[in-house]
Amino acid sequence: MCDMKFVTSETAWCPGCGNFNILEALRMALERLNKKPHEVLIVGGIGQAAKTPQYINANGFCGLHGRALPAAVAAKIANKDLTVIVNTGDGDSYGEGGNHFIHNVRRNVDITHFVHDNQIYGLTKGQASPTTGVGHVTSVQTAGTINEPLNPVLLAIALGAGFVARAFSGDKEHLASIMVEAIQYKGYALVDIFQPCVTFNRINTFQWYNSRVYKLDDSYDPTDRIKAMEKAMEWGDRIPIGVIYREEKPAYCDKIGFLKEGPPLVDMQVDMDKIKGYMKDFI
Amino acid sequence: MDYNILIGGAAGQGVETLSSVFEKMLKRNGYKIFSIRDYMSRIRGGHNFAQIRFADRDLCSHTEDLDGIIALNNETIDYHIDRLKPDGFLVCDLSVRYEDDRIIKLPLMNTARNIGNIRVSGSVALGAVMGLLGLSLDDAGEIYNQFFRPDIADINTTAVLEGSKFVQTRYDLHALKEEENILINGNQAVALGALAAGCKFYSAYPMTPSTSIMDYLASKMNDAEIVVEQAEDEIAAINMAIGASYAGVRAMTGTSGGGFSLMVEGLGLAGMLEVPLVIAEVQRPGPVTGFPTRTEQGDLKFIISASQGEFPRMVIALRTPEDAFYQTVRAFNIADKYQIPVILVSDQFLADSVTTVKPFDFDEVRHDRYISREVDERPYKRYKITPSGISPRVIPGKIPGVTVMVDSDEHDEYGYITESAEVRTNMVDKRMRKIELLKQELQEPWFVGEEDCEVLMLAWGSTWGPVAEAVSILNTEGDKKYGALVFGDVWPLPTGLLLNKCKKAKRIVNVEQNATGQLASLVAETTGILCDFSVLKYDGRPMSPRYITEKVRGMK
Repeated sequence: MCDMKFVTSETAWCPGCGNFNILEALRMALERLNKKPHEVLIVGGIGQAAKTPQYINANGFCGLHGRALPAAVAAKIANKDLTVIVNTGDGDSYGEGGNHFIHNVRRNVDITHFVHDNQIYGLTKGQASPTTGVGHVTSVQTAGTINEPLNPVLLAIALGAGFVARAFSGDKEHLASIMVEAIQYKGYALVDIFQPCVTFNRINTFQWYNSRVYKLDDSYDPTDRIKAMEKAMEWGDRIPIGVIYREEKPAYCDKIGFLKEGPPLVDMQVDMDKIKGYMKDFI
Repeated sequence: MDYNILIGGAAGQGVETLSSVFEKMLKRNGYKIFSIRDYMSRIRGGHNFAQIRFADRDLCSHTEDLDGIIALNNETIDYHIDRLKPDGFLVCDLSVRYEDDRIIKLPLMNTARNIGNIRVSGSVALGAVMGLLGLSLDDAGEIYNQFFRPDIADINTTAVLEGSKFVQTRYDLHALKEEENILINGNQAVALGALAAGCKFYSAYPMTPSTSIMDYLASKMNDAEIVVEQAEDEIAAINMAIGASYAGVRAMTGTSGGGFSLMVEGLGLAGMLEVPLVIAEVQRPGPVTGFPTRTEQGDLKFIISASQGEFPRMVIALRTPEDAFYQTVRAFNIADKYQIPVILVSDQFLADSVTTVKPFDFDEVRHDRYISREVDERPYKRYKITPSGISPRVIPGKIPGVTVMVDSDEHDEYGYITESAEVRTNMVDKRMRKIELLKQELQEPWFVGEEDCEVLMLAWGSTWGPVAEAVSILNTEGDKKYGALVFGDVWPLPTGLLLNKCKKAKRIVNVEQNATGQLASLVAETTGILCDFSVLKYDGRPMSPRYITEKVRGMK
C-alpha cells in the first residue's frame, strides 16, 4: 500500500452498489485537494456505508451505530489539523444518530458529513429507513411505509447548517466536485448522497434517480435561505442536486480563542504551575 | 473539641453560599472541617441543609448530634431540633413561634431590612453564631468577595458584623494557627485532578450529583486550555470523549448512574477500540431517576460488568477528596498505559462533602502517555499482538505516511474487520492479557484499626471516613479489637490484604451504602470469603459513624 496516495481496497459491498462511486469520488476529491492519507480521518458508524473507512487508506474510526458524529467532531476539536470526514448511512445519520445530527449542525465543527442515503436499511436486510418513501413495502413495513420520510436537506437548512448539498452517486464527477467544495467549507458540511441499493431498494434505483435528478446551475443562488428551503422541498419528478444552501459562519474552533489562536489541542502543553495555582480557589 | 453546626433553609435562601462562607471563616480561624450537603431536587422551596463539623484535628466524617443550628425557615427547626444537644443553641428570626430554651431569637429580618437587603438575614445569623463561638470575623469581607460582587459582599459583611453584636461569646474558641490547608469537596478534587493530569477534553451532560465536576472545569476552560463541551446526551458525551482520545488528547466524561446507563455501549467501544478513557460515575440512588440529590453505593456491580462482551477495565472507588485527586491522575496514567477505560466511582456524599486537606502535592503528578512517535513496521499495526497485550499506540496525523485504523467490529492487527475464528481468539486473548498485567499494580485497600482485629469490616469508596471513625470509637470501648479494610481499587479486586486479614478475623462485616451488599458479593465471587454480617443503608442519607457502631454492637 502506498503511504502517500489514496488507494481504495476490496469491499464487502454488493456488485453494482451505489457505494462504489461514492468511495471513488471520495478518493478523487481527496487527491484533488492534495491531502495525504495521514492528514485525513474518515469516521463511520455501523452499516454498509459506515464501512467506508475500511476501504480507503486514511485514518479510520468505525465506531457505534448512530454515533459517528460525536466521535468525529471531538477528533476534529482535538486535532484541528486533521481533515475529518464522516461517511455513513441514512439510518446511522438520521435514525439512530438523529439527535447527534441536530446538535452537531448547531455545534458547527469543521467536519464534512457524507450521508450515503439509499432510503433503506441495507445491512439489516431491507427495512425502512428515516428517508424511505411512503408506501414502500419492506419485510417489516409489509403494508407499505406509513411514516413521512425525513427531509435531511430541509432539516439541516432549518437547523442553521452553513453548507447543505445533495448529490447522486450515479454522477461521479459531479459528486466529486461537490465533495471537494464540502471538504473545503469551514464548518459542518452535509452532503446527502443518493445511493441506489441494488439489493434491497427496488424503487429508488439508478434509473429512478437518473430520470429525476437535475444539476443546479449558476442561475441558482444558494445563499438565499428561504429559496434554499423551497429548493430542498423539491421532490418528485424533478429533484435538484448540487449545493442547495451555503452561508459562511464561524466554525466551533473559531469561536474558542485558544483553539483558534493556538496549536492543535493535541499539541498543547500543560502548564503545571498554573494548575497548581488553582489550589488558591480552595483557600 | 469537636463542634457540629447545621444551617438549614428553603432552596433559594442561600444555604449553600452561607455554608461555604462559614467553612472559609472556620478555616481562616485554623479549624479543620468536614461538612455535608443535603438538598432537594428543586430550585425553590423545600428544605436544604448543610452540616458543618469542625475541630482542632483532622476530621474524616460527619456526626449526628448538633451543637448549633441556624434556621432560616421553620422546617429546619421541625426536622433537626431533636438532634440539638441539651446545651446547644438555635439561631432564628424573632418571628418564629417555636419555644425552647435553646432558641436564640434575633431580629434577623429587621436587621437585614435596615442594611438594605432582606437576603442578607442569613449573614446576620452567621454573625451571631461566630459571636457565640467567639471567633474572629477579620476575614469576612475578603471571603464574601469570593462569592459576591463588591456591593453585595459589602452588605453581607455589614450583616455578619451586625449579627455578631447581638450575642455574648459562649464558647470562647480562639483562632488557631491556620495551616496551609485547602477546603475542597470530592467533585472539585476530581476536576482538579483531571486538570493536573493534563485532561484537555471533557464532555458531559448535566446530571446531579456529577455536574459540579463540569462546572469547575468549565470555569478553567480558557485559562487551562481544556475544551469542556456540554453534549446533547450522555451517549454523545462518551463518544466525544472517545473521539478526542483517539485523536490523542487526554479525555474524560462524567455522569451519574442514569447517564452511565446510556454510556454503556460507549464503554464497550473504548474497550474494543482500546482507546484510553476516564469516566467519573458519581452515584445517586437508583434505579432510574431514583433519589436525584442523594447518596448511595448501588452501582458497583453494574459498573464492573456494564456492556455486552468481555474486555478489560479498571474501576477505582474514591474515598476522600485527597484520594479523588490522586486517583484521578492515576486513572489517566492507567488508561493510557493499558489503553482501557478507567471508571472513577464516587457518590453524592463524597461529591458534595467539603473537607480540609493538605494541599495536593503536584510533584507526585506524572503524565505517562505511552504514545509512540515512530513505528517499527509499515503498514502500522494498531492492534499488534504483543506478550503484554498492549500494542504500541500512535496518534493519527502525527507520523507522515502512517494511518491509524480502529473498528468496533472484531478486527485484525491492522484494525480491519475480520470474520476469522483464529483472529478473534487471538484478539480476545490480547485484550484480556492486559488485565493480568494491570493486576500487578493494584493498590491494596486502606486498613484502619487494630492490626490483629477480631471484627473486620469491609467497605469501599466514600464510606471510608464514617467507617474509620466507627472503628476508632469501637476500639476505645475495649471489648473487642476492630479493624476495617476500605477498598479504592475495586475492579480488578486486590485480594492480598483481604485474604491476610480475613484469615485472622473472627467476624467479617460488610459496611455498604446499598441494599444488597455488592462488595460482599464481589468479595465472595473473587475469593470465596463470605461476610458474617452486613451493615447496609439505602435511605439516600450518608451513614454516620454512630449508625455503624450501633449496628456492629448489635450484631449477634
